[in-house]
Amino acid sequence: MRFKTRGVLPGFGLSLGYTVLYVGLLVLLPLSAMVIKASSLGFTEFWLKVTDDRALAAYRLSFGAAFVGSLLNAVFGVLVAWVLVRYRFPGRSIVDALVDLPFALPTAVAGIALTTVYAEHGVLGEPLAKLGLKVAFTPLGVTMALTFIGIPFVVRTVQPVLEEIDPDVEEAAAVLGATRFQTFRRVIFPALLPATLTGFALAFARALGEYGSVVFISGNMPMRTEITPLLIVTKLEQYDYAGATAIAAVMLVASFGMLLLVNLLERWARRAEA
Amino acid sequence: MNYSSSSTSALPTRDCDTPLAPRRAFGIALGRAALLVVAAGVGLAGCNKKADGANAAPAGSNSQAVAAPSKEPVTLLNVSYDPTRELYQEFNAVFAKYWKEKTGQDVKVNQSHGGGGKQARAVLDGLEADVVTLALGYDVGVLHDKGKLIPENWQSRLPQNSAPYTSTIVFVVRKGNPKKIKDWNDLIRDGVQVITPSPKTSGGARWNYLAAWGYALKQPGGDDSKAREFVSKLYKNVPVLDSGARGATTTFVERKIGDVLITWENEAILSVNEFGKDNLELIAPSISVLTEPPVTVVDKNVDKHGTREVAEAYLKFLYTPEGQEVVAKNHYRPRDAAAQAKYKNQFPDVKLFTVDELFGGWSKAQPTHFNDGGIFDQIYQPKK
Repeated sequence: MRFKTRGVLPGFGLSLGYTVLYVGLLVLLPLSAMVIKASSLGFTEFWLKVTDDRALAAYRLSFGAAFVGSLLNAVFGVLVAWVLVRYRFPGRSIVDALVDLPFALPTAVAGIALTTVYAEHGVLGEPLAKLGLKVAFTPLGVTMALTFIGIPFVVRTVQPVLEEIDPDVEEAAAVLGATRFQTFRRVIFPALLPATLTGFALAFARALGEYGSVVFISGNMPMRTEITPLLIVTKLEQYDYAGATAIAAVMLVASFGMLLLVNLLERWARRAEA
Repeated sequence: MNYSSSSTSALPTRDCDTPLAPRRAFGIALGRAALLVVAAGVGLAGCNKKADGANAAPAGSNSQAVAAPSKEPVTLLNVSYDPTRELYQEFNAVFAKYWKEKTGQDVKVNQSHGGGGKQARAVLDGLEADVVTLALGYDVGVLHDKGKLIPENWQSRLPQNSAPYTSTIVFVVRKGNPKKIKDWNDLIRDGVQVITPSPKTSGGARWNYLAAWGYALKQPGGDDSKAREFVSKLYKNVPVLDSGARGATTTFVERKIGDVLITWENEAILSVNEFGKDNLELIAPSISVLTEPPVTVVDKNVDKHGTREVAEAYLKFLYTPEGQEVVAKNHYRPRDAAAQAKYKNQFPDVKLFTVDELFGGWSKAQPTHFNDGGIFDQIYQPKK
């Protein structure tokens, strides 16, 4: 691997310096402060705190709901992107703008709105409750909120890639005798996979850290609907800064691991495509 | 946390905008909410320092300062908890008028409201509050225990445990009281849904919990294990643990979830007035806890800002008949006998106990009941 590449533009050293400083100052500095704080606990105490039953239940919910939510977004986000790119229909630009709304909305507003809709007496909550399905104040509600906030990520990463794929390619595949499924499976899907994975990773990372919208819809019942960020807040509420950062450190390491994995997968997908 | 300022001048902008601006711009450039808070704290420090510098001459010279003070306006920051917003808006105006008449100086009090614990942490982490007026002694105590911002004897510096007003914990039920809820023991019946926030994240909810515990303790033959059983049963009837008191009120009033809401008396009166007596009713239990939200000057900050004199006067003014009048009008129970008599009809007759009496104070109640592994956690997560 070559460390230094001569590009057409000069200034590699300077711009790399800025990059390192920027990332270091904005990302690594606060994170290392966190690690230092967490390390004020001894190892046994740290381990006890992060493997407490309640913490484990919270990880399960946070990671599980974030995973399911981003998976849903990965599937339906590609569909939405497809529709937005390949079809022209009245109101298309409105739908396009709506996709970004979960980005722009303050998360607390999103949480309150979702809870209003899905609570027992809400517009959707009432009929669903009659069918025996409770959404608000259950893990389902948490998944719902995390799906909501993740919508833009997959759509916005897949959309530009899809715009680059010429419909001619599909026609060519059809002319060469590919069935519709084969065209999708062999031509379109491989091209979209890296972008979809990126979108998935972004949505997942965002969902893991989400607090504002979830606390309203989750009901915050210990062991059942308590997300990890809430656990961190409850620790802060007891001025247990070290305990809070310990849990945060676990989240951090886990998310970093997952993001790394997704990046590797993505690279593999790109290589497979080439 | 958010700011609202109430001021004698009608100007919406702060007179210290200039020193604040570059620092705030820096904060935004960093783009981190957390840093913004710090930057705001730094900005306020800069702002107060300016006022400090201007005041240094008269304040430092001698006691003439009171007789012939400078006309330079002074700014205080009052860091408080959520439901006191309306109370302090009104009180600040009354105090500003009083202070102007007494000393000729304009005083502007900026308010910051939010969850009590969050607010205490903000002060601990450097938000330069001149006074704090929080929900529990525990959150104020931390300012001494963890930050050494106030002396150990802070609570005895002002009369009545430094709590110029009190409140209690009552119930709100739906119109007509369909589930016939009269007292605490009705809350543990099967089929009654109780709404109360999580005591892990809400200071108000800790009062609710202790009120229920105290009721069980005060029953004939009541002891700690009976109380524990009672409280466990009560929380089995809680379908949702909101993270804060206002959230619980929303769940009950607007989402129409639950049969009874446990809440502060002042919040209950406010909700019943606001959402109509056709929808809600206030029910006072036979016995409840006397909530004493304490106030104190933050010594380290007032000494730095040179605002001790006005900050102390601000808190003492809460105890005067005028201050007590504002307190009672905002549905807090006044300490002053005259105000008590005048607003007697507003407050239901409830037998009250204090946290010191039954729980040995907050410094004991907090770790026993609410810290990790405490009794509240054990209700949901039996000890291994």
